[in-house]
Amino acid sequence: MKLLTLNFLTCAIKTCKSSPASFPLHPRDAELEVVEADLNLAFLKNILPRLMWDELRVIASELGLPALPETPPSKADLSIPSPTAPAPATTLQLDPEAIDAPENPPVVESDVEEETPSQTAVDLHRILLETCITEGKLVCGNCGHEYAVKEGVANFLLPGHLV
Amino acid sequence: MSRPEDILPPDLFYNDTESRKYTTSSRIQKIQSSMTHRALSLLSLTSPSLILDVGCGSGLSGEILSQDEDSGTPGGPHVWIGFDISASMLGVALEKEVEGDLFLADAGQGVPFRPGTFDAAISISAVQWLCNAETSEESPAGRLSRFFNGLYASLRRGGRAVCQFYPKNDLQKKMVSSAAVKAGFGAGLLEDDEGTKNAKTYLVLTVGGGDVDGDITGVVRGMEGVDVMDERRRAKDRKRGEDKKGSKAWIMRKKEQMERKGKVVKTNSKYTGRKRRIAF
Repeated sequence: MKLLTLNFLTCAIKTCKSSPASFPLHPRDAELEVVEADLNLAFLKNILPRLMWDELRVIASELGLPALPETPPSKADLSIPSPTAPAPATTLQLDPEAIDAPENPPVVESDVEEETPSQTAVDLHRILLETCITEGKLVCGNCGHEYAVKEGVANFLLPGHLV
Repeated sequence: MSRPEDILPPDLFYNDTESRKYTTSSRIQKIQSSMTHRALSLLSLTSPSLILDVGCGSGLSGEILSQDEDSGTPGGPHVWIGFDISASMLGVALEKEVEGDLFLADAGQGVPFRPGTFDAAISISAVQWLCNAETSEESPAGRLSRFFNGLYASLRRGGRAVCQFYPKNDLQKKMVSSAAVKAGFGAGLLEDDEGTKNAKTYLVLTVGGGDVDGDITGVVRGMEGVDVMDERRRAKDRKRGEDKKGSKAWIMRKKEQMERKGKVVKTNSKYTGRKRRIAF
């Protein structure tokens, strides 16, 4: 399960719906995996305003990933306006080594009229769409219910009395 | 023709053999892919979006969502999240290494995502399963309303959902669409090849916005053989148009009703339904 998905998941139990603690679900005993995917700059720009950045930072720290910057990157940070311009100063200081990833992030070829993705975009893509939880548990901060994750598939089936 | 919904609940019906049969049948693959393309064209997405696939099964529809624009997916490649109640189906999806995230979840228990998550939602041949309840604790209406309420909340404003489903009869069609309307969606029901054996029903749902005429979705505008249901407007109209009990219009209506029933009714005159003068 991608970290992007985890940034949108809440507890499924009815009584947790009204509680702010039901989001985010906290990963426990999680095994991580990096699955290579194509960088999609338009999607990143689309999803950026909907991300809960603070919660993403909390989850990244719980998973033992390198700390994310305190403020979310803006849309302008994601692309390099012209090939000659220097990279934006606010890159996510992500160390690819920390999550047993290949050393060089993949160089993504952009279309002719599209902007080139910046290092920020590459890092954001890595953490949101390539870092996946394969095994472990997701725990609700409110009721403490544990959702098991197996082979990347989380089990959200609930017994009848909790629906 | 037998309906799988009537045989077993979905998690038991789609066991390992049935899931494999479903996924490898080229006939089903072809139908699913054409329905997914149709649903995508109804969603009219222009940029890469986050899509929810309800009842994703083995990811037949999800594979199409992950394709790029050149392969016939408008606005693609999209990122999708799918859930299904059948573990065997998800197992087949895992073997195929689909790109979307998978969940084992029951749509009738709600949609566990925070509000405003998805740009769009798609559901191919799944919603009819919600019209069955397997235990006495649950009811089809309750399952449908939990699903549509959850879906409504998890879509962003201006988002759209297209649910293709196989209704058993008109009653079921009505039950599904009215549950969606009650949840707050603007709903349009679209039927391809109506009246034939290959009839396909699409429920097109929109969140927020809306035009003055009944066709909120806009996708069925100018199409023939399309019923637009807007429960909210009908209720409002009825309230406004209803005659006050005892008024002249009310009396006239009642007399007409009785006449139609074949009762003996006095002929109307200028005195019919007129106010009596106060006696004192």
